[in-house]
Amino acid sequence: MTDSLVSARGLTKHFDELVAVDGIDFDVAEGEAFGFLGPNGAGKSSTMKMIGAVSPLTAGTLEVLGMDPATDGTKIRARLGVVPQDDNLDQELSVYENLLIYGRYFGLSKKVIDERAAELLDFAQLEDRRDSPVEPLSGGMKRRLTIARGLINTPDLLLLDEPTTGLDPQARHLLWDRLYRLKQQGVTLIITTHYMDEAEQLCDRLVIMDKGKIAAEGAPRDLIERYSTREVLELRFPVGTQDVNAERLDGIAKKTEVLPDRVLLYTDDADDAHNRVLAAGFEPESTVSRRSTLEDVFLRLTGRTLVD
Amino acid sequence: MTVAGSLRVVEAGARVYRRTWRGSVISTFLNPILYLLAMGVGLGELVDEGTGGASLDIPYLTFLAPGLLAAAAMQTGAGDAAYPVMAGIKWRKTYEATLATPVSVSELLMGHLGWVTVRLTFVATVFSLIMVLFDATTITEGLAAIPPAVLTGIAFAAMVTAYTANLKDELGIASMFRFAIIPLFLFSGTFFPIEQLPDYLEPLAYITPLWHGVQLCRGFALGTDFTVHPLVSIAYLVALAVLGALLAIRILRKRLIS
Ligand SMILES: Nc1ncnc2c1ncn2[C@@H]1O[C@H](COP(=O)(O)OP(=O)(O)O)[C@@H](O)[C@H]1O
Ligand SMILES: [Mg+2]
Repeated sequence: MTDSLVSARGLTKHFDELVAVDGIDFDVAEGEAFGFLGPNGAGKSSTMKMIGAVSPLTAGTLEVLGMDPATDGTKIRARLGVVPQDDNLDQELSVYENLLIYGRYFGLSKKVIDERAAELLDFAQLEDRRDSPVEPLSGGMKRRLTIARGLINTPDLLLLDEPTTGLDPQARHLLWDRLYRLKQQGVTLIITTHYMDEAEQLCDRLVIMDKGKIAAEGAPRDLIERYSTREVLELRFPVGTQDVNAERLDGIAKKTEVLPDRVLLYTDDADDAHNRVLAAGFEPESTVSRRSTLEDVFLRLTGRTLVD
Repeated sequence: MTVAGSLRVVEAGARVYRRTWRGSVISTFLNPILYLLAMGVGLGELVDEGTGGASLDIPYLTFLAPGLLAAAAMQTGAGDAAYPVMAGIKWRKTYEATLATPVSVSELLMGHLGWVTVRLTFVATVFSLIMVLFDATTITEGLAAIPPAVLTGIAFAAMVTAYTANLKDELGIASMFRFAIIPLFLFSGTFFPIEQLPDYLEPLAYITPLWHGVQLCRGFALGTDFTVHPLVSIAYLVALAVLGALLAIRILRKRLIS
């Protein structure tokens, strides 16, 4: 027995021939915000569904809240909150009724649900929408309601599958703020995302997932330190000259990555690298210097970008 | 599977219905009135004055009404198990939401059928009372016809849920109504005794579930003799309901707990 809330060893999921999750190991500790960062098709949702005890494992072992999802699915689900990738609110019902029905599925009394619904609607900033139908709500509001719904049973663990995908920047920031509050309250979160900024903002620890496998694991800053340089210099060259320039740039920085639209120079001092680029006679159309992100880590580990 | 879990799903069905009842309640009251007026009274007068009167022994309205009751139960059961199930699986994904809670697939299915049973009881009761108002049956016999009507509806609801759970898209639902439900409605002894069918079709009618529902409703509503023993029809419909429910659980599990 570990004291982690979720523990996976060799966790594997096949859909017929397709290998969606390919033997991954991870542990999620109580009170932490744990992330799966990876592009579409990496196997994040498949993993979340297995943790949520709604998808049988193909192989490996998985322990959720100290129980086996294969035999204790009902007990596990009773203590989980689930925010799925696609909203599945009941559009025919009001905001409050969605919480009520959901709470009833957990066997909560109407009195308890009413108390919690009031708190949760306040938390989700939906108090004034309590009795309005779900359908006309904005994407951000629906997402917040789905999170409120996932909290109705005061879960020990909240699963958030791409919580801000498809939302505009303002709605995303509002949602991050709410999730940050949950974190501060000590709710254990498991978050999947393909946004590196989301992972950096919210996750204490994360795994980088690609093609069903875990490529690296650690705290966001640790991963960046381990797999990237402190800073990055991005160079854009006139159309058609990028490849020629990129070849000649080799050696100026610790590492060079060539993307379709720009060249990335990995360095501990971007300004210094910039000076050396100019001194060597390069004439980039534009340059950006920035610190390294998880995106760079992903690129380094997989040779591809997170969002394409 | 627990009863409590299923009942929570029934409760959810009722809460959704509180939002959406208007359209269906109107047809629950209006359909029997319109059918009984048009076919029972209007057409019935012609039938009774023609050769029909002699071969039926009873007024056409009296003959028709219990058949329509069974058919209404079939329509309700099949209808509630078609588009709403597709919505739960695919369009609104409310089944996915439910199954993320402690509720299991079998509880979800039993709760769904449980709620359909509540709806069927309401529809059949309204229908029976309207039959009484039309003088097509007495109040006691009218009430006696409610349980077989509900059973008929449950059998259809279970089978149609299993059918719908297997569908990729809603095209299959329209075909089911066109090629199964409507022909059953027309040729299962609702409008005329199946003895009127060509000899080679007659045996076919005996194996249709609606015919068994019709003969039960008719026998109970009119206090007349049954063509086959009522227990045979009851067993047949119960078997269909159980088979449909088991199939539906299997298919839904495969589809939703992948
Ligand atoms: N129910 C399913 N049936 C068949 N293939 C699936 C199913 N769910 C996911 N997949 C496939 O598994 C792979 C991983 O998908 P998913 O776990 O959804 O990735 P992510 O959430 O990281 O985008 C994809 O190739 C996807 O098409
Ligand atoms: Mg996904």
